[in-house]
Amino acid sequence: MTKDVAIRAENVTKRFVKHGQRATSVKERLLRRRVSEDAWFNALDGVSLEIERGHTVGLIGPNGSGKSTLLKVLAGILRPNSGTVRAYGRIASLLELGAGFNGELSGRDNVYLNASLLGLSRKETDALFDSIVEFSELADFIDTPVKHYSSGMYAKLGFAVAVHVDPDILLIDEVLAVGDEAFARKCMRKIASFQEEGRTILFVSHALDQVEQICDRAIVLEHGQVRYDGDPEFAVGTLRKIFGLDDPVPGEALPEERPDEVSFDSIVVSHEPGGPEVTSFRGGEPMAIRVETTLSERFAGLVRGLQAVVMGVGLIPIWLMETPPDAGPTGPGRWTVDFQLDTPPLLGRFLVSVQLVDADGKALSHTQTPDAFRISGGQRVGLLQVPYATHRQLPSEAAGS
Amino acid sequence: MTRSADDRARTQTRIRWELLANLVRKDLKVKYQGSVLGFLWSLANPLLLLVVYSFVFQIVLKSGIPSFGYFLLSGLLVWNAFSGAVGTACGAVVGNAGLVKKVRFPLGVLPLTPVGFAGVHFGLQLFVLVAVMLVTGYTHVLGVHLLLAIPAIAVALLCTVALCYLVAGLNVRYRDTQHIVEVALMAGFWVNPIVYSVGLVSKQLGDGLYFLYYLNPMAGVSVTMQRALYGQNPVLPNGKNVLADPGYLFYLERLGIGAVVSALLLILGLRTYRKLSADFAEEL
Repeated sequence: MTKDVAIRAENVTKRFVKHGQRATSVKERLLRRRVSEDAWFNALDGVSLEIERGHTVGLIGPNGSGKSTLLKVLAGILRPNSGTVRAYGRIASLLELGAGFNGELSGRDNVYLNASLLGLSRKETDALFDSIVEFSELADFIDTPVKHYSSGMYAKLGFAVAVHVDPDILLIDEVLAVGDEAFARKCMRKIASFQEEGRTILFVSHALDQVEQICDRAIVLEHGQVRYDGDPEFAVGTLRKIFGLDDPVPGEALPEERPDEVSFDSIVVSHEPGGPEVTSFRGGEPMAIRVETTLSERFAGLVRGLQAVVMGVGLIPIWLMETPPDAGPTGPGRWTVDFQLDTPPLLGRFLVSVQLVDADGKALSHTQTPDAFRISGGQRVGLLQVPYATHRQLPSEAAGS
Repeated sequence: MTRSADDRARTQTRIRWELLANLVRKDLKVKYQGSVLGFLWSLANPLLLLVVYSFVFQIVLKSGIPSFGYFLLSGLLVWNAFSGAVGTACGAVVGNAGLVKKVRFPLGVLPLTPVGFAGVHFGLQLFVLVAVMLVTGYTHVLGVHLLLAIPAIAVALLCTVALCYLVAGLNVRYRDTQHIVEVALMAGFWVNPIVYSVGLVSKQLGDGLYFLYYLNPMAGVSVTMQRALYGQNPVLPNGKNVLADPGYLFYLERLGIGAVVSALLLILGLRTYRKLSADFAEEL
């Protein structure tokens, strides 16, 4: 294993029978022997992902896109119909704070029981107990049955247990908006310290700016499929686009990359062809985009050219570059294509999307850079830096004398 | 690093004794919390049944079994443990929806919890029964035959675990299960030779049917517990003996049949539970 993976999911599919279609009694079971095909829907449809240890990954998507199902599958709470999930390490899932607490039992007993469920021995819990109570701020109520707790107290104790079981992987489902504001801040600080300690965090959130702030990667799900996986800012942009317009995201209608026919070996954005990767540019600086692609014998016959589209946040195409007719990769083998330009006077973060096209300009296969690059300048806000002049007239001249 | 991470992942997917013990302790705590007599209440149910059935079978129906109370309790305690566990197991998953839907833990531990719960009570009741037998000078309990209780309890445990997995899993999808189980346990109490001597059964059924009768593991368990605890073998007014057989081998054979049937049930139960558990979090 070259990468240190915390969770790996391969081609995970989870099917559910639509509500009301499942036989819930023996009578129904006997009457309707088979559930018809259209009664099924795929909550997850061939999802593959790898999360490396130490990363904080946001999981976003419209309601019903399969976020929570994916989180539950990764947590091992649901089992997929096909595909595999493997977690390397102890998982704490904050799907609901205080889940599994028994109202009749005291806070103390519930702490021990919950820790036991999460995989801790009694001895380990003994060692952690004081610090759990201290974090929860419930020292005065720890021997009170939790049925007398307020919902905030419940959540505090639940969070305190979950973060103290020393998880390698933390799965969070929109639970941070509980308790008073001071406690919510405390939770966020705890999560930040988890990040520093190199633990893996995966969280579902509708708070998109939170995802942009704390994640170093984000995954957009739609209809149970991974729509985008990479830079959080682009992920959020993609999601805003899904929300805002019914237009498909650029690239959606394009055929997937076909690994046996064509592979994009690398896309490197740098200052000069063959130079090291550069992630930050200023307007006017030289820019070079090098694409390396390998075509099969069969596939090469179709290819007439190669296009590179630079896209901004929201996957909005900003500009297009393409090889002249029949001067692109036109035969089998490994090709290197360089685009050279002066960095345009833009501001923001950008991705490069590359596609091979046929004689009609129709896309055959596409891919995009996993990492965004930034173009900056002296201007603080806006998208474009425009050269301009200013002139002022002094008030004394206008007033006359 | 990877190995230890794997080990840590495993504590969340394998059933650990400590977790099972904690869950059983939780159930006991919840049940007896705030009651003054606490654990002693677990003796109330067998005592009440003892009084009622003694009245019905000794005084009204005149079964003619000497020391009827001891005879009854010999078979009744193990049946109560079995039926209590299986009855409770219907709700083992359904009643823990909050956990099942939100927490990663070894799901397989849930159907074992009612078994542990019933087992604790059974152990206590059995201890009290033998103690009372000795104090009242009922010396029939003493002897090698008492050792038969060990395989009998083992088969009862196997059978209980098997059915607990089966009903706990099925009840998540088919809520009829709990009603069927309720009725079946009621019938089971009367089908098994607990309040009457198995001699009456062997008389009514032919040899072939009587053999098939022991395909029910709990029938073998009941008669063996009577051999082990009740100990004596008086003759009934109808000419039959109270016990199924005066020796030991008969019981070991019947327990063997029961063990095979239970093992098959366990395979069925575990498979069903495993298959259905993929969707537990969704169906609750």
